[in-house]
Amino acid sequence: MPFLKVDNITHQFGGLRAVHDYELSVEPGQIRGLIGPNGAGKTTIFNLITGIYNPTHGHIYLDGERISGLPPHRIASMGIGRTFQNLLLWRHMNVLEHVKMARFSRIGYGLLGACFGTPRRHREEREIEEKAYDLLEMLDIRHLAGQAVPNLPYGAQRRVEMARALATEPKLLLLDEPTAGMNPDELVQIMEIIRRVHRELNLAIFLIEHRMRFVMELCDRIQTLDFGEVIAEGTPEEIQNNPRVIEAYLGATET
Amino acid sequence: MELRGTIRGFSRVPLLGWLVAAFVAVLLEIAVGTPLALSLGLPKIPVLFGVILALKKPLLFPGAAVYVLLIYALPIALIARLGAGLANRAAGRLLAFPLLVSVAVHLGVFYITLELWSGLSDYRDLVLRFTLIAVMVTLSLNVINGYMGEFSCSHPGFMAVGAYVASVLTIDLFTNHRVFGSALLPAALGPLTFPLILIIGGLVSAMSALVVAIPSFRTRGDYLAIISLAFMFIVKSLIENLDIVGGARGLGGQPDWAGLPTVFLWTVVCVWVINNFVRSTLGKALNAVRDNEMAATAMTVDTRYTKMVGFLFAAFWAGVAGGLFAHVLRYVNPGTFGIQKLAEVLAMVYFGGLNSVYGSIVGAVGISLLGEALRPLEIFKWIIIPLLLILVMIYRPTGLVAFKEFDPEAILKPKTDPERERDALPQG
Repeated sequence: MPFLKVDNITHQFGGLRAVHDYELSVEPGQIRGLIGPNGAGKTTIFNLITGIYNPTHGHIYLDGERISGLPPHRIASMGIGRTFQNLLLWRHMNVLEHVKMARFSRIGYGLLGACFGTPRRHREEREIEEKAYDLLEMLDIRHLAGQAVPNLPYGAQRRVEMARALATEPKLLLLDEPTAGMNPDELVQIMEIIRRVHRELNLAIFLIEHRMRFVMELCDRIQTLDFGEVIAEGTPEEIQNNPRVIEAYLGATET
Repeated sequence: MELRGTIRGFSRVPLLGWLVAAFVAVLLEIAVGTPLALSLGLPKIPVLFGVILALKKPLLFPGAAVYVLLIYALPIALIARLGAGLANRAAGRLLAFPLLVSVAVHLGVFYITLELWSGLSDYRDLVLRFTLIAVMVTLSLNVINGYMGEFSCSHPGFMAVGAYVASVLTIDLFTNHRVFGSALLPAALGPLTFPLILIIGGLVSAMSALVVAIPSFRTRGDYLAIISLAFMFIVKSLIENLDIVGGARGLGGQPDWAGLPTVFLWTVVCVWVINNFVRSTLGKALNAVRDNEMAATAMTVDTRYTKMVGFLFAAFWAGVAGGLFAHVLRYVNPGTFGIQKLAEVLAMVYFGGLNSVYGSIVGAVGISLLGEALRPLEIFKWIIIPLLLILVMIYRPTGLVAFKEFDPEAILKPKTDPERERDALPQG
């Protein structure tokens, strides 16, 4: 049984079929890529896996347990962390608070603990703060801990999002266009960071990306999506030479 | 240059210095206030810093100004400035003990000052108690409208629930009442059970908040504003039609248990608990839900639960404040908890500043005192206060002191010389 199994899901927005008969199985420790032209349904697939949407048909299993239909915060606490394509950070919170917040489901002190500042609250807050600092260290942004998020450069904001996703202690990390809007320097750094995270935390990664070099270099296996359907799946080499992929990206060649 | 030096001198005064200075000023007022007021041609000591007096009889303005200068401004400035070094050392010494000790000492000095100050006039005492209750109500509404970023209009309704539940309990249990019959418990038990009764009022209020919370937090948007406004009117007309609690005539005869010490203590507890809550990661979840709900839910935050808890928590404190309010006034009627009250509380929240304990204190104290001080202007009061609000909204859209963390340790710590601190920094 694979670690994440997406079993034949279909999703419709009214009359529009955004995803059709989509299948995926991710093994522990794998890095998988999802590519495809704009509007192909890539982000919809992420939203289906994380429970933002419920699939119209089909089911999703994590470690053999069905997760489709569960609320997103439950799915997140079961071990699926994610980042967003257009950076969804919290405007009025600093970097450290972002990472601490992602431990929400592990807080045990409850409302009374929060109100009366019990020793248990102080202990737990200290613990999650230490963990948060460890993650900031891993992503090289520890020095930004006290900074307000909107003031940070784009690349740093991406790292905050990743640190926040990692703080949920995911077994599978979904990255939605981790390099969008980055300059070449930042690109090299983020690739290095994804490798480091993958190595040190031993998690499976599933990423959406537009930069081919980046995907080809990083991923074990790649799926290509077009109009909500998988048109090709395989190793980077296979994908690169697949005529249907080339067609989807560049248009059909005349014969 | 001279002026800047003076201001820098004052920025070194720690909170303890200001409190002690205010304490001395009040002692001074007790000792020489009346003779000084009479010799300045004032009828009696000016109750609210001479503002009311000056507005009523403009000719007395110079006298009132001199009085305020001699009794408050000069002594406080002098003592605060000259005693800064001593106060800094004392504040530093206090912080060596657990934080609680330092907090207790500061609050003690503050309380004694307020007690003596309000002891000089019943009017001051009443205004002070209402102001403290306004702080509780404003802060609790800030949890919803500021920290959680929703717009709730039901706070007067929650206050009414708390006020009536607490009133019915105290009147029924401890007084001989026309409708509720004779006292069921000995009066000596009263003051001891009063906190419990207030808490029950708060809990009932929180339960009633469920009526608003369950339908409105299924989705996000304007539903809460509409449903909560409806709730406020429903509570009001419900009480108006309940004859057993006096209907529209109101309910009077509450025992006199909400003196300044009680109200002060509850306000301190309220500020402490709410501040603890909003600074914990559990409470910060409110901010996460406000700033981006989708990100919050993807980071394991149970958004619906978080919103419910925040809303019920705020309703609880509004209920407690309502109970205190009823026992300060010793009379409640449903008309008090209408749209006018709502406007007042909303003004306090938005004037003071969203997402900030400081803001709620500034807003509640500012609007309460302004409302009292401008009373002689009658109808013009309702032009000046809204005008001020509009100005605040234009120049500081989120309020005077918004988004500022209230950290007791930072407030109580001694103030170092900013000049010396700057020199200590590496030059670059």
